[in-house]
Amino acid sequence: MSDMVTQGRPRLSNQPAFKPRRRRRMNADRWIALGFILPSIILIAVFVYGFIGWTGYVSLSQWNSFLPDFSFAGFDNYAYIFKNFRFQADLRNTIFFTLFFIIAVVILGLVLAIFIDQKLKAESLFRNIFLFPMALSFVVTGVVWRWVLSPSTGVNLFLEHLGIHLKWYTSTAIFPHIHIGMIDFGIPAAVIPVVIAATWQQTGFSLAMFLAGLRGIPDELREAARMDGATELQIYWKVILPQLKPIMFSVIIIMAHISLKIFDLIYTMTGSGANYVTDMPGVNMFETTFKANYYAQGAAIAMIMLLLVAIFIVPYLIKSRKGDA
Amino acid sequence: MKRSLAVLLGSILALAMILTGCGKSDTAASEGSDSSDGGKLEIFSWWTAGGEADGLNALIDVFNKKQPDIEVKNEAVAGGAGSNAKAVLATRMQGGNPPSTFQVHGGAELMAYVDAGKMEPLNDLFKKNGWDGKFPEDLIDMVSKDGKIYGIPVDIHRGNVLWYNKKVFDDNNLQPPKTFDEFFDVADKLKAKGITPLAIGDKEVWGSTMVFENILLAELGPDKYKQLWTGEVTFDDPAVKKSAEIFKKMIGYINDDHSSLAWQDASQLVADGKAAMNIMGDWAKGYFTSKNLKYNEDFGAVPTPESDGSFMVVADTFGKPKGVKNPDQVDKFLTVLGSVDGQDAFNPKKGSIPANVDGDTSKYDDYSKQAMDDFKTDSLTPSLAHGSAAPQGFMTKVDEAVNVFVTQKNVDNFIQSLTQASSLLK
Repeated sequence: MSDMVTQGRPRLSNQPAFKPRRRRRMNADRWIALGFILPSIILIAVFVYGFIGWTGYVSLSQWNSFLPDFSFAGFDNYAYIFKNFRFQADLRNTIFFTLFFIIAVVILGLVLAIFIDQKLKAESLFRNIFLFPMALSFVVTGVVWRWVLSPSTGVNLFLEHLGIHLKWYTSTAIFPHIHIGMIDFGIPAAVIPVVIAATWQQTGFSLAMFLAGLRGIPDELREAARMDGATELQIYWKVILPQLKPIMFSVIIIMAHISLKIFDLIYTMTGSGANYVTDMPGVNMFETTFKANYYAQGAAIAMIMLLLVAIFIVPYLIKSRKGDA
Repeated sequence: MKRSLAVLLGSILALAMILTGCGKSDTAASEGSDSSDGGKLEIFSWWTAGGEADGLNALIDVFNKKQPDIEVKNEAVAGGAGSNAKAVLATRMQGGNPPSTFQVHGGAELMAYVDAGKMEPLNDLFKKNGWDGKFPEDLIDMVSKDGKIYGIPVDIHRGNVLWYNKKVFDDNNLQPPKTFDEFFDVADKLKAKGITPLAIGDKEVWGSTMVFENILLAELGPDKYKQLWTGEVTFDDPAVKKSAEIFKKMIGYINDDHSSLAWQDASQLVADGKAAMNIMGDWAKGYFTSKNLKYNEDFGAVPTPESDGSFMVVADTFGKPKGVKNPDQVDKFLTVLGSVDGQDAFNPKKGSIPANVDGDTSKYDDYSKQAMDDFKTDSLTPSLAHGSAAPQGFMTKVDEAVNVFVTQKNVDNFIQSLTQASSLLK
């Protein structure tokens, strides 16, 4: 005890007070820990953020042919794509697709989760049935739904017997048809079949999330509500749903970034569609970059996609950081 | 506690997905640095299915018999009309890791690599093999720049063919149309009977672009059609406008579900008799015969209206990239590729005709015999939809304009988009 005091004294008098604290931080354990995470930090810095930066740089260049040309173009590429019919249509489609897709996945997932949570006998059977589509890739889903909803095959053969003729994703109708910029703004009817296919595949995921959330809510809460005289509906509406808010938040974020970047489902199921009614920024980006060799314009589209996703993700990350602290 | 854990897990998952998602799109552009095999001859193409793959294998067999010591590596990349292969090739060329030799459409598609300084001229090889005059001059023009030849044509497909269901035409006492007036006359009669007059499959837009380019060829004639791509004829030319009007009228006679169909599906409609006609390149013949239909019995073929005497060429050629490790082997392969033996092994299987005019007609079917005759006498024009007429970038813009036009049918907007896009032509 006295040893420590005598040893500590000269240090305190000669050096600033924070020094020993810092030295204690960088002991052997911490060096080892840093050594372990450093490779992944470097790799992520280079291969993720480095390439995002590179993409941003390319998007400001004049590299719009097979030959690289890095002379500065300012925001010309951005100006071009925003004036472009196809990209305007992409923005319209992606807004409505994301909106409908998230609403459908959240509501269906929640309803199915509540259904499975009712202490069913064959619970695991139902859970697996609903989860199964998630095991498929979007490519498989796209090809299957392309034929299920094609106007000359699939479900339409049944509907035709009932006298219903639907054009599904080949329809070029847009509601309510307001002319903005170069396009008709409104809900493209052809997006709905794509929403159906995407929802079919992703509902299982939101179901699993909500089910985990429901299982995490203690029974005492429900019982307390019942004691207070709440009806079952009120229990769900006033007690369970608010408890599920963080889960719902996560589901929305995850679905939003899937739908904003969707490529494979569109590419295999509908393609860009007549009059670009089912085109999405991801498909446009691929074709602009790798088919037309407009690398700078493609990079500009990629940057805008990144921004769109960031609009959803950044507030979420900030919020969840605060939640942890 | 559980809640915050779920939030944390969710955010990690979300972040991981975003990061991997972005990483993929970024690294795809810059990959392609895996080392190429020094001792092997890599043959890059998009011939992976059916007759195309059979043809390629037959060609490699011929080569192996002549050069047993050279190991051939077939590097075909799957994907219709080379959509995926072209992206892979562009990446490999960008990364300085070219395949030993690769398939490329003659014309603008090949010239993109020539302009980038990535290709070796092949004039010496031509001289050594005595190929002067063995390939039609129009065709050599498509693979040459400033007198230097950069590609060996291996096969020829014709793009301006109107396919029709013979039974449907016979049942209704109709003759295949030679002019647009006849076409619309026939189309009206078919429509009255409840048969779709013209089948189009434009899930990939080039299905429609091909129809338009054939109308352009008919209205402008072969010479002016070619000048369109050099800028000597502009897109506000009255003939282009008239073509657009005809195209617009034609769209009134097509199947409703065109945007959900690939070209094979459109051919199938004709094969089934649900539709009467289809405008497609002569790879459609291969599709019909694979369905056990017989040429001149079940289905027939004529040049698209008012394009008789012109031959819309879709030619596959092979070139020699700069910086390959085994240039001698590549020369040997290209020698076989251009030879009558090689071409007659490859083309009958693929369903195309040989680019070398000495090809042995007896090895080909009736349709191809006719096409070989036409090929020798007709004026040859480059196809836009298949990348021969104009650079990829322009082609994409035309596809974009066509896709919009097929729905909106606004001629003035269409001409305006084409004119705007044509600023990309040098």
